Order: sequence, then structure tokens, then C-alpha cells
Amino acid sequence: MVCAAGALYGFAGAAAGQKGTAGGGGAPPPPPPAPAGVRAAASATATAPGGGSAEVARGRTLFLDGCSSCHGDDARGVAGQGPSLYGTGAAAADFYLSTGRMPLANPHDEPTRSHPDYGRADIAALVAYVAALGPGPAIPAVNVAAGHVNAGMEAFTEHCAGCHQVGAAGGIVTGATAPALNNSDVTPTQIAEAIRVGPYVMPAFGRGEISDQEVNDIARYVVSTQHPRDSGGWGIGHIGPIPEGMIAWLLAASALVLVARLIGERN
Amino acid sequence: MARGRAGPGEEEALSSRSPRGELVVAGALVAASGCALAFVLVYAFDGADTQLLGLSIGLCLAFLSVAAVVAGTRVVDQSKAVEERPRLVKEPLEREVTELALAAGDGVSRRRLLAGAAGVAGASVTAAAAVPLASLGPGNVAAKLEASPWRRGVRLVDVHGAPVSAGELEIGSYLTAVAEGADPRSLGASVVVVRIAAAEVQSHPEWAPEGIMAYSKICTHAACAVALFRYPTYEPTADPPALVCPCHYSTFDVRKGAEVIFGPAGRPLPQLPLSIDAQGMLVAAGGYSAPIGPAWWGVRRT
Amino acid sequence: MSPVRRKGEQRRQAPATTDAVRFVDERLGISPLLRAAMKYIFPDHWSFLFGEIALYSFLALVATGVYLALFFDPSVAPVVYGGSYAPLQGAHITQAYNSTLDIVFNVPAGLLIRQTHHWAALVFVVAIVIHLMRVFFTGAFRKPRDVNWLIGVTLVTLAIVEGFAGYSLPDDLLSGMGLAIGYSVLLAVPVVGGQLGLLLWDGPFPGSGAFVDRLFIAHVFILPAVLATLIAVHLAIIMRQKHSQFPGPGRTEENVVGTPLWPAYMLRALGMMTATLAMLFLLGGLVQVNPIWQYGPYEPYLGTNGAQPDWYMGWLIGALRLMPGFDLTIGRATIAPNPFFGGILFPAVVFGVLYLWPAAERRITKDFARHDLLQRPRDAPARTALGAAFFTWIFTIFMAGAADRLLVSIGFPYAGQVWFFRVLAVVAPMVVFAFTLRLCRELAASEATPLREWEGAVVAQAGDGRYQALEVAPAEGHPEREPVHGPPRRPEW
Repeated sequence: MVCAAGALYGFAGAAAGQKGTAGGGGAPPPPPPAPAGVRAAASATATAPGGGSAEVARGRTLFLDGCSSCHGDDARGVAGQGPSLYGTGAAAADFYLSTGRMPLANPHDEPTRSHPDYGRADIAALVAYVAALGPGPAIPAVNVAAGHVNAGMEAFTEHCAGCHQVGAAGGIVTGATAPALNNSDVTPTQIAEAIRVGPYVMPAFGRGEISDQEVNDIARYVVSTQHPRDSGGWGIGHIGPIPEGMIAWLLAASALVLVARLIGERN
Repeated sequence: MARGRAGPGEEEALSSRSPRGELVVAGALVAASGCALAFVLVYAFDGADTQLLGLSIGLCLAFLSVAAVVAGTRVVDQSKAVEERPRLVKEPLEREVTELALAAGDGVSRRRLLAGAAGVAGASVTAAAAVPLASLGPGNVAAKLEASPWRRGVRLVDVHGAPVSAGELEIGSYLTAVAEGADPRSLGASVVVVRIAAAEVQSHPEWAPEGIMAYSKICTHAACAVALFRYPTYEPTADPPALVCPCHYSTFDVRKGAEVIFGPAGRPLPQLPLSIDAQGMLVAAGGYSAPIGPAWWGVRRT
Repeated sequence: MSPVRRKGEQRRQAPATTDAVRFVDERLGISPLLRAAMKYIFPDHWSFLFGEIALYSFLALVATGVYLALFFDPSVAPVVYGGSYAPLQGAHITQAYNSTLDIVFNVPAGLLIRQTHHWAALVFVVAIVIHLMRVFFTGAFRKPRDVNWLIGVTLVTLAIVEGFAGYSLPDDLLSGMGLAIGYSVLLAVPVVGGQLGLLLWDGPFPGSGAFVDRLFIAHVFILPAVLATLIAVHLAIIMRQKHSQFPGPGRTEENVVGTPLWPAYMLRALGMMTATLAMLFLLGGLVQVNPIWQYGPYEPYLGTNGAQPDWYMGWLIGALRLMPGFDLTIGRATIAPNPFFGGILFPAVVFGVLYLWPAAERRITKDFARHDLLQRPRDAPARTALGAAFFTWIFTIFMAGAADRLLVSIGFPYAGQVWFFRVLAVVAPMVVFAFTLRLCRELAASEATPLREWEGAVVAQAGDGRYQALEVAPAEGHPEREPVHGPPRRPEW
């Protein structure tokens, strides 16, 4: 897990060292073609840059300070460090920042969920700046109340359970981890953003694969896994038979061996 | 069978018995009855709540256990005893049995011939009895194990039956599809459809129009559904695109015809050649590139 | 005579008991048998109770299993779920899964019984394994008990198969994935694997409705009947041979010293039984196990991360995962598909070693004598060290199937884990072997009892007085060290 404070300091230092290469400022330059290796945002929904230009400018200041060492002062990316942000849109920026995945101390680390480094206002400014770079997916509007938990479970099992586990308890992919979604700090908006953006090694799902209604359904289901129906009692982590085996050995068998010792003799 | 009670032990054994133990046993039995009654009441009046049921019957049994253990170690006679172990071998008897067994052959002159003939007869009868089992038999094993509904022109549909439009698949997307009209539960029917940049396809680009590829969803290792697709946002800082099986983490490189790059699978995932029909929908351009499903004795023929 | 005794004597006049014994005896004439049974001597060592825990878990399994079978419907008939669990409403599921959901949500006390059944299965195999280790490390498998050892090893094998069959019945996502792996392992049998798989599943996976019927019959009738029969034979052989016992004052190869069944041991066994049942029902009511409603139905094209078998299959998952990725082929022929190694060869080696151990040890030590006195682990350092290494080997491979998530969460990538466990599976047994061998020899030389001194106070309170009372022939020094009438100790091997 990346230490958030360390990440921030590391970036601040790195950014300070690069300041000399900063461009002329002002309005963001026109979007260049996406470099090879960066996923094209095919479902690009044209988004109006969020907020006023003052917010964009504030976002740029924050960007230069905290993000530019990997993404470049012009946000076109630094080879081998971080991708260009042109066309990635508000959804990606909001997802990475609001889940504390960015900034990242070491660009080769897996970004994992942590406490966000930035407050709400700063995130909004950074998101506005990234959105203003070029058309990209906007922050999706998700309506949990309109979602159906049963359709959500079906869609989640088909599209998401392979990595995130059917009860949204998270899992392992070779080379990465799939985060648990069944804790209450995961918000419906973040769920929808992740589906559309496909952060880190997660595939992005367009409307052809997961419709907006299905996003609502999935969000509804994932929120329901944050308070699952544990009719059987203590849920022991909701990750299946491994904790069950530990209970059988460490609790049940140990207690029964103790009873045996009370009943029997020891010599 | 001799069993003796050691005289001096009795007094001391009795001394570990206590009248208080009897009260404990009685108390525990009363408590157990109370818990059993609680179980009945929870069942009848509290909608049979699982936790309360478990708690009441569990405590009932625990109190019974206390009662039995205290009674067994504090209330009843605690004296130990010694018992002689039986002799398993009684030699005269053993000899007699051996002689009896051998006596069967007395007066028979061609013992070896008869024994041999009996052996042959036994073996042949067994073989004859086993032959009908073949009618249960599986017939053409390969055809059954590797049955596939895919032919040239069969459309890909999602699990709800809707055809898959090539245009709606973004680069980096992942979808489960089945053969139109086929039983989706049959192992041959389901495929994973992934799209990568066409330039990245390194094996059989003709099977992957616009970088869209389909592989059997059934892992060649142990038949789990290959339900993981990793596709990096930025490849220099993450692992390359691959399909991964969640059971034993076999990892297949989609750019190279699903060649195994990690994990226990012994073969690539069979690929389904694709083409795009006039309506822009995905259709199979032929059958699988290899037999689907987990490996068996005859899986490699081509 | 104490007043307690006199009360007891009064009770001997009790007409009800007299009548009951008379009633049975007049019809069956079994007073000699009853007398022998009531006077049967149980050695009092606590470690002898592990087998009993397994036995009582089995009783719980039968009782709860009969109840569940009244409600479970082993059918793959399709139904649309219309019950109270919202996330599954409208789902197309099988009747098997539907009836299991019914047991969970609609049958009063159904969930309690189902969970108790599952916990009992987990604890059953735990108790068997602990019992097996006790028997192994004390040399209790030696002649004449080698025959009972073979039955015991068969019981472990069948218990694992029986557990897997039960886990597979509800047709939820995890059970289906487990069956897919089972099918693949069967297919990996050289030469006839394909035929076997098609025969058992009545066609290619996921098989026809006949397969669920077969699984159900195997789980509720064939395997329990075989298990129950073997358990009965296991116990009958114990009764015939009498219990083994640890050496001690007055204990010889020719006798058994302990507490008679009636009444003290009967009550203690009853206490152990009710304690086991109490634990199982408390878990069944309070700790959720295998919440199949949260997993959803199985389809062959669906998979979930973290799909695990119950713990007693974990060593096989570990072995499947640790194998490097290849099928053994000669030319075009697939001699042994990959799951053969982890799923067939590995358990064959493990059970083969267990089956052959008593005969092999007899051959190697040239000790063909009958042994009714047990050894402490230190008394046979080579066996103890080899056994410790053997179980460490299995445990390491088990961890490879069980610890992935934990290790990844502390920053150990999965690919590294595979290599770590491959190396550990080779190194750890060797280290454990050397360490255990040395420990046994030092303990044997010093006669220290570190474990016992650690809890010395408890022992003094419970047992010492009773012991001295029994000294038929007083022993000098440490009473545990040498049986008074025992044979000369065999040389260590």
C-alpha cells in the first residue's frame, strides 16, 4: 500500500525538480494523437470542460505540483512513467483521485485504494483541468434507486465476478489485485466510473457490453454487498471456504481438543 | 478375562468424588432443560431465528456436556481397573485351521491342473461379465468431449441472446458470448470476446477482424470459466493484456493466440476465427483452432 | 464405606433396572456381552479422544443429513427463483439450487441444520486428521493395529470424497466450479480418463440430470453406508484387540489399565459427544458457512475469483496451482494432462505412503512383534522426523492453495508466491526433518518433558493420586520412562 503522505511529498519534490521544463501556461494545448500503448477512449462522450476557466487554472497549478512528474508538464505523458491524459476525461480523473489511487509515489506500483490526497475542491479543480484537455468520458450519472439488485447480481456475476469475486470481496489477477467493493467507502459513482474507464488493468466496458441501466443495476448490487444478508450469522469476511477452514481448525478443533484434555488424563 | 480392582486405589478414587459435584450435575441438567425449552420457544414463536436456535440448542448441549463430564469425573465411581489383553493367536487352534484348510486337497492327484483350470475359468468369467459394461460406454470420446456448435457463419450472441455488434466493442473490452441457438451450458458454446489494437495481434490476424478475437471460455487446464481479462491502461507500468482463469491463475497472452504465459495450463485456449457480417455483427469464420475443454489422453490430434 | 457407596448399594435393589436387564436377557441372552462391554477398559489419555470427536461429528452428519435430505431435491429441472432473496429473484436456476435456497430461507431451522451439517463435515475431517497424526506419531499403527490403520486411511479418503460430493450438490457457483475441476482431474487419468469422465457425468460436462442423481445417491447413501460400515469395523477391531496404551506403572503389553466403560467412561464419552455437538450447533447457528445464496447459480461460462474448495481439498488445489504449465506428451499423444500431477499423482503418493507405512516400517526395522504399548514421538526419532517432514510437505502445498489472498494483501505478488511455495515444498520438509530428528534425540536423552512441565499444575490436581493407587509393580524414577513388563526397547531407527 502506498503511503499517501509519502506519495505526496515524493511528487512534490519530483515536480519541483522539473519545474524548469514547464510550458508557457495559459490555455491547454490542442490534444495530440494518443501515444501507442494508451487505450483509446472509443466511447468518448464529448464533455464540456467542467467549471469555469478559473477552476481549470487552479487545477493546472495543482497538476503541475502533484502529477506532472509522471504525466508531464503538458499532461502528454512521460514515456515509461505515465500516460497522456488527453481524452481520458473527467470520469478517469475523478475515479483515480477520489479513490486515492493517484498520485502514486512510484509509477510502477499498482495504484491501490487509499485515503484521497486531495480535498473535494482540489479534486474538482484537477478533474476540470483534465476534462478541459480534450473530449473524454464525463463522470457517469448513476441512479442506484433505478437499479435492480437481481439484474445487478446477474450482470456482476457475468462481467465482474471473475476478478472482484461474486460477493464483491475482491480477488487476485496475475500481476495485480482486484479491489474489494463490499466496503461502504466505495461509492456508486466510483463503481460506474470504473466500469466505463477501466482503471489500471481492468477492461473498460462500453454501453454495448454494459448499458447505463445495467450500470445502475450493478451499482445497486455492489451497494447491497456492503450489507449482505448474513442469515447464517457471522460472515467471517465473505471470502468463502478459507476462513471457514480456519474456524474449523483454530476455533472448533482447538476448543474440542481442550475439552478432551479436561476429560482425559495427561500422562 | 481377568479384571482386578486395586484395593488401595478405591479409597483415594472415592475421595475425588464430591457431593458438590452432584449439585453441579443437577444444576447443569436443569440449565440444559431450560435451553432446550428456549429452543422450542424460539422455533415456535420467534420465527425460528437461526442465531437464537443455534445458541439455545448449542448451550443446551454444552450444559449436558458439563453435566456428563462432571458426573463422569466427580460423581460416579472413579476407580481404575486392569484388564488382561486377549491373546489373539492361539497356536494349537491356528495349526488346526491350517490343517483343515490343507485337508481339502487330500486325495486329489492333479491339484495344479485343477487350480490352473479354475484360475482360467475365473478370469474368463470375469472378462465375460465385464463386457456388457461397454454398452454403458462413451462411444466416440473425442466427438463427445469436444463437441462444438461453431460453424462458419454462426452468429455470436451475448448470454441474453442479442447478437454482438463489432462496432460497440471498444479496444480493451471483454465480453462473454455463446453460439446462437446452442445450449449455453455446453462447454463448446461459450467464448470470451476481447478487442485489442489490431496492430497488436501477433497470431492469425485473419481471425481477428479489427483486433476482435474470440477464445473458448473454458480453461484448457481444469474447465473453469476464464473469467478474468486484464488490459492495462498504460502498458509500460503494468502487465500486458491477458486472459486469466480464476481457479489456478493460468494466464493466456491474447496477442499471441492465447499462449500460456503463466500457470498450470498445458495448452493455449482454442481460438474461434471471427469475421464481421454485412450487418456489422460478429460471426464465426470457422470452428475452433483446437479441441476445447480440459486435456485428456486424445486431445492432441491435429 | 462412604455414604455415597451405600446409596449406590440401595440403588442395586432398583426393580426397574432388574426388570430391564431381565427383559433384554430373556430375549437375547446377551448378559455376557453386556458384562464385557460394561467392564471394557478405556485408557484415560486425552489424546485418545480425537477419534471420538470424529465419530460424534459423523453422528451429527448423519442426523442433520437425514433432515436435509427430506427437503433437498437433486434435480437439474429449470426453475425461476421467486423466493425472498432479492438479488436472485427471477434468476433461472436448477431445482437443486432452488430447494437449497428453500432450506436456507423458508424451512424453519433449515439454515441451522444446513450450517451445522457443513461445520460437522469440516470438523469431521479435522478430527480424523488429528487422530491419524496421533496414531502415527505414537506408533499405534503397529501390529496388530496395522489392519485398523488401513481402514482408517480408507476412512480419510472416503470422508474427503464424501465432503466434496456434498459441497457439489447445491449447484451454486462454487460447487459447479469445483465439479468442473473434478471432471478435469478425472479426464486427466491416463488412457481411460475421457471414457471415465463421460461415463460418470453421463456425457460431457456439465453432464445430464443423471449425474446429479448419481452424486446425490453417492452422497446420501453409498458413501455414508460405506463410511458407517468401516467405522463399525474400525471400532469392532479396537474392541477385539483392546485399546493400546502409553507405557506407565502397571501397564504392560499384556494388560490395559484405565477406566471401565460403565459408568465413568460412558459419562465422559457422553460429555465429549455433547461437547462436540454443542460446538457444531453453536457454529451452525452463529457462524455463517458456505452462504450459497450469496454465490448465485452456476453456469459453465461463469466464474468467480477466490473460488476455493473446503479446507480438506485445499492441498489438492495447492498442488494443481504449483505445477508448471505443461501436459506430458509424446509426439501427438497426451500421456498425462497437467491436472494428473496435482490431482491424481500427488494424492496417490500421499495415500500410498500412508497405506504402506506400517508394512514398510516393519520391513525396515525388522520389528515383526506385536505392540500394544505406545511410543512417545521421541522414542522413534526417525519415524517422527520422517512423519513431521511428510506432513510439512503436505501442509506447505496446502498453504499454496490457501494463502494466496493473504500474501497478496501484504504485498507478495502471486507469481512470486508460486516459486516461493515450490521451493518451500522441497526445503521445508528437509529442515523439519533435521530439526525434529535432533529434537527427538535430545528429548530422549534428557527425558525432559517441556510440554508437561508447562502445565504441571493441572496434572497434579487431576491425576497423580489415582496413578499411585494403581501401582501393581512400583516403578523407579520417571514412571513414564519404561514399561515395567514391557519388552526390551527396540533399537532406534
